[in-house]
Amino acid sequence: MAGIPHDHYEPNSKGEKWLHSRLPIVGLMYDTLMLPTPKNLNWMWIWGIVLVFTLVLQIITGVVLVMHYVPHVDMAFASVEHIMRDVNGGHMIRYFHQNGASLFFVAVYAHIFRSLYYGSYKSPREVTWIVGMLMYVLMMGTAFMGYVLPWGQMSFHGTAVITGLFGAIPFVGESVQIWLLGTPNGAIAQPALNRFFSLHYLLPFILLGLTIVHVWAFHTTGNNNPTGVEVRRTSKEDAAKDTLPFWPYFVIKDLFALAVILAVFVAVVGFMPNYLGHPDNYIPANPLATPTHIVPEWYFLPFYAVLRAFDQEVWLVIAVDWITFGIVDAKFFGVVAMFGAIVVMALAPWLDTSSVRSGRYRPMFKWWFWLFAVNFMLLMWVGARPAEGIYPYIALIGSTYWFAYFLVILPLLGVIEKPNTPPATIEDDFNAHYAPKSDSAKPVASPAE
Amino acid sequence: MFRKLTLTAAMALALSSGQAAAAGAEIEVTDYDFSFEGAFGSYDQMQLQRGLQVYTEICAACHGLELVAFRNLSDEGGPGLPEDQMRAYAEFYEIFDQALFDGEGDFRVATPADKFPGSNVSNAPDLSLMAKARAGFSGPYGTGISQFINGIGGPEYIASLMTGYHEEPECALEGEPMDGFYNVAFAAGGFPESCIDDHGKHKVPGSWIAMSQPLWGDDVDFADGHANDLESVSKDVAAFLMWTAEPKMGARKQAGLTGVLFLTVLSVLLYLTNKRIWAPHKHKD
Repeated sequence: MAGIPHDHYEPNSKGEKWLHSRLPIVGLMYDTLMLPTPKNLNWMWIWGIVLVFTLVLQIITGVVLVMHYVPHVDMAFASVEHIMRDVNGGHMIRYFHQNGASLFFVAVYAHIFRSLYYGSYKSPREVTWIVGMLMYVLMMGTAFMGYVLPWGQMSFHGTAVITGLFGAIPFVGESVQIWLLGTPNGAIAQPALNRFFSLHYLLPFILLGLTIVHVWAFHTTGNNNPTGVEVRRTSKEDAAKDTLPFWPYFVIKDLFALAVILAVFVAVVGFMPNYLGHPDNYIPANPLATPTHIVPEWYFLPFYAVLRAFDQEVWLVIAVDWITFGIVDAKFFGVVAMFGAIVVMALAPWLDTSSVRSGRYRPMFKWWFWLFAVNFMLLMWVGARPAEGIYPYIALIGSTYWFAYFLVILPLLGVIEKPNTPPATIEDDFNAHYAPKSDSAKPVASPAE
Repeated sequence: MFRKLTLTAAMALALSSGQAAAAGAEIEVTDYDFSFEGAFGSYDQMQLQRGLQVYTEICAACHGLELVAFRNLSDEGGPGLPEDQMRAYAEFYEIFDQALFDGEGDFRVATPADKFPGSNVSNAPDLSLMAKARAGFSGPYGTGISQFINGIGGPEYIASLMTGYHEEPECALEGEPMDGFYNVAFAAGGFPESCIDDHGKHKVPGSWIAMSQPLWGDDVDFADGHANDLESVSKDVAAFLMWTAEPKMGARKQAGLTGVLFLTVLSVLLYLTNKRIWAPHKHKD
């Protein structure tokens, strides 16, 4: 593996040499675990471990749930209740899995926003970012299809809304929707449940594969760090001044953070497992009664807000409708906007023109970034509000800012902003927090992060 | 059989939701205290038994409980009926068994392994999960803070619905007579135009529910002489329905507590380990 110079695995014993010349798996594990890691990483660099843990948790609990779940429209709801009532420990396994989805998204949003702030997406880590975005989209797909499986009211009517999005595509939309649902009349029935079940089981393993690609990519480029300054690669000695091996320094640090986060997670599962869910999903699916408010799970709300923001009263939507002779109507515009919101985020490496990587040294960027973070929360909130009164306006302003951030602000800032000078090396940054004793006798200020 | 029951329950919901359901309904839900609230709360066994009695004598006339088995009545953390009482209770029911009569099916006396029957009346929903399928508390402004502090409010909603029947408000008398019964805790029912003001706001809380007032107080006599006024029996049956919705609550809270304690200790140990291994590099030793 290219990258930061460091000591590699050397087989010593006869047995080690025998295996290494046939399958260098120990060497691969050693190099992965001993990867030189910037020693100034702060607490925002722990979410990757949380995500890996959560993926494994979801797969293990999911595999057990499948042993008892029945993917049939008449039996799915009852089989979930069978798990909750009759399967040994089933209620815990199911609640872990259900709330595990929320933990997954808390971690992924923290992970993404860390990358956005510290410029982790910028060259040379674009591939890591793109693979990450792909994983994020797959996660959303997996989470949505998992939510359908209990076949409750929100499962059913949520499916109607989401597959309806594809129905909004001009010309082919209706066919696509029918193809997705698998029934000749586009009814949401047994075929939909079966294929969602199948994909809900498949996609996590693709995510697992992409996790390896994601890790491989950033092990090639090396981790970013809060300064955005690269590790010195001039020699092994220089690199060693900027880094520490992943094991044990970062493994133990990450495990500590993971234990704290899991304590909160287990408290949620143990004491308020339905807080993040929706009561309507404890009502069996009923095609004849639509819930008053169809609200997606919290982690979809920002994008749901974008979807609903561009209704037929927005002049841009009206203009596009008119120019395209009604082919791109308000509904399709909303769908394009929703998916576009993720696409522009994925394009961040090429939209951000700044020469400085980390937001820490970008005085103007900081403000726009924090506004972006607040705006994300605002969109999440407004996504759950009824589309009436002042709410559509808030959603429209928030959605506009989302696009403006990536398409206007990031490109412009690189030109007009005068960034501060980052420290010359990671070692300098680390020593600024933890001064070597010989330097000064006065107490060191506590680290900022 | 099951499909039929599901469909019946489904139609019941469709009917009770009604077309006239308005988004603007405000409901009045009282934050009753229950023994099972909070991280350490558990079901009050006597209350669950009283609730079972209320359910059996009143609710079961129309409603079903088809996710709950009779044997569950003896489960730890539930009503905890002694086994002989539970068996006797089960025999009180007749169950349709598809396996009898060479697959033609027939009725037979229920055994502990059987589930409670489903609803008898087409628009009476099954009550097994009702306490989790309804939210008593919400807001303010969609922030979820109220539910974070007070809980989702399913049992509070049920008790408030039982006590929420009132005289029809004056504004309702002006227009067409309404179907159903006025209830201040019910959001999903019909609502008269004459009770909506010029801004589309509802002048009175609640809406009109199809179910007539089921509990009045003094409906049930408890063997131990416990109070049987309207509020008491409403809370008892709400607690019982919380148990039917979440029978493993006790085990869950226990597991949660164990998990939190374990992870707290683990966090401390990992914190100290982390501090120790980093100390030389942070120039602290």
